[in-house]
Amino acid sequence: MPAAPVAPTATLRSRPDGVAPETSRAPGQAPRKPPLRERMRARSAQDRIESWRPRWFWAALAIPGAFWLIVFFVLPFYVVISVAAGILDPIFQSPVPVWNPFLWSASNFANLLREVSFLWPPFLRTIAYTAIASALSLAIAYPVAYFVTRYAGKRKTLYLVLLISPFWVSYMMRMLAWIDLLQVSGYVNKTLEWLHLMSAKNPESWLGGHPATVIFGLIYGYIPYLIIVLYAGLDRIDGRLLEASRDLGLGRWRTFWRVTVPLSRQTVLAGMFITVLPMVGDYFTNQLLSATRSTTMIGNVIEGQLDVANLQGDGAAASVVLLVLLLLPMIYYVRSTTKASRENL
Amino acid sequence: MATVAVPPNKASSRRKGPWRHPWGLEAFTWIYLIWSIVPIGIAVLFSFNRGKSQSAFQGLSLRWYTGTSQAFGSVMHDPILHSAVVQTLKLGFFVTLITIPLGVGFAIGIDRWRGRTSNGLNLVMIFSFVVPELLLAVALMFVFLQLLKFVHLGTDAETAALIVWNISWPAIIVRARLVTIGKVYEEAAADLGASRFSAMWRVLLPLLIPAIFASAVLTFASVVDDFVLVEQLSGPGSQTMSVLIYSQAHGGNNGPALNALATLMLVFSLVVAGLGYVAYRFMTRGERGSTTEALTSIAGI
Repeated sequence: MPAAPVAPTATLRSRPDGVAPETSRAPGQAPRKPPLRERMRARSAQDRIESWRPRWFWAALAIPGAFWLIVFFVLPFYVVISVAAGILDPIFQSPVPVWNPFLWSASNFANLLREVSFLWPPFLRTIAYTAIASALSLAIAYPVAYFVTRYAGKRKTLYLVLLISPFWVSYMMRMLAWIDLLQVSGYVNKTLEWLHLMSAKNPESWLGGHPATVIFGLIYGYIPYLIIVLYAGLDRIDGRLLEASRDLGLGRWRTFWRVTVPLSRQTVLAGMFITVLPMVGDYFTNQLLSATRSTTMIGNVIEGQLDVANLQGDGAAASVVLLVLLLLPMIYYVRSTTKASRENL
Repeated sequence: MATVAVPPNKASSRRKGPWRHPWGLEAFTWIYLIWSIVPIGIAVLFSFNRGKSQSAFQGLSLRWYTGTSQAFGSVMHDPILHSAVVQTLKLGFFVTLITIPLGVGFAIGIDRWRGRTSNGLNLVMIFSFVVPELLLAVALMFVFLQLLKFVHLGTDAETAALIVWNISWPAIIVRARLVTIGKVYEEAAADLGASRFSAMWRVLLPLLIPAIFASAVLTFASVVDDFVLVEQLSGPGSQTMSVLIYSQAHGGNNGPALNALATLMLVFSLVVAGLGYVAYRFMTRGERGSTTEALTSIAGI
């Protein structure tokens, strides 16, 4: 981004100024260039004009978007809590929301506790799969992003195009590609047979409920986002700091560990949020690459409950619980990004 | 420098050169790139398969794109596949058309209207960016079923949901651009006698055009790619390409027509990305910057 030119008057504007005369220009008369002092005064008059212009002007610009966010983002979460804390219609067995917070019932949440033996394994699986997938993603993404920021040289554009390209391929297509490859008669098994790592008589059914396939799919699905975040963060590290470290005698590895890694901690954390949050709510990767009970994650449970009318209340309760669990990392992420943007201001 | 004694065992590493190229890292990067791109290439190749298999290539043909066989639908002639393409493009177009003005106005307004309310609204916007999509989809589904019953599941609900899900693209990107532009140009315009409205319309907005454009490209691509919201809120006949691929892909026995559909999606995205890149370079041609800068803007970095 090009740096905004700095106004020479920027530091003076905040100084409280005396009564500044309005500069009026006679029509037809060529404006004489006033001395600097007078121009300063004119500027501060301009500031005063800005301050009495209607304040609602900017608010009015933001209102349509704000309205949309409130009606379709804030309100829905109130509704889902009302459904989760609501009751079941005794005849139709469909959920009835309770709008008044003082009348909220815990029956749906109690249902969740009753079903804990059914919910616990998917919950643990979600944590395990997400943790493994995001750790492996980081292990792959960090070296790649590091190489492209530091060593790509003249070919940086080429690398960047290649790194960004999966971003433009739809998620479903990338999963479809692996469904093609991982079929029993697909190229993965053919390659393994050719390498004599697997016998042709006993082919592996990769799509038949392997946790490894699901984790692999999660990594493949979300790693492009992580790499882009890491690239942007690593690119912001001042190269002169690394040169200084090398000049002061640190080797390549120690420079990496003691300069690059500490400076990229925030970036790594942001990247982890960007991958972990969608992985926790993911149900389609799992459904596409496995679709068996033995690999269900919490997203699959919620999605399944929504399809059955009398389980919708439970689904709402489960998603409220998940939201509360994810609230802490989300708040952390939001705080760190708003802090970063305030530092940029 | 000469006074620093170099231990003899360091000599070998010095001979290699402290700035030598990390070949291992480059190889690793290429392995990653091949792993991330080649499968997609193979999937595209299967869409041109002469046979019905998605796992073995049997020669080239266009039958999955334009074939008229009744038994095996092609994208052009199978009504379901065809309507999915139309629905995807329709949603992409209308959602982008509504999201961009809403998001740009939001960004400018929030940036200038400093106060508690605007800070709160900004937080809400950032939350909408990070919340898992499934949770938003569940919440919206209950809103449309229980409260705002006049919004029917289907295209209406999908549009409303996709707008709120994507409004953070223009809001975040335009706001970042506003910060780099600063207020000087607007103040210069005001000094020269422009009203606040015309300073915004004739000075600020033209400066924001590249950012607005980049966010429009991202919004369109993200709507075309969207799956969770569309699937949870779809009604009869409002399936998009993503949802169709999802509902038919498991098991991989639906023939390469799905690959053809996915390839078309890829082509849409690439065309939009390519046009976006060229247009972005054109719009920012007077500025200091490079190819990489245009690329990263279009990818929302």
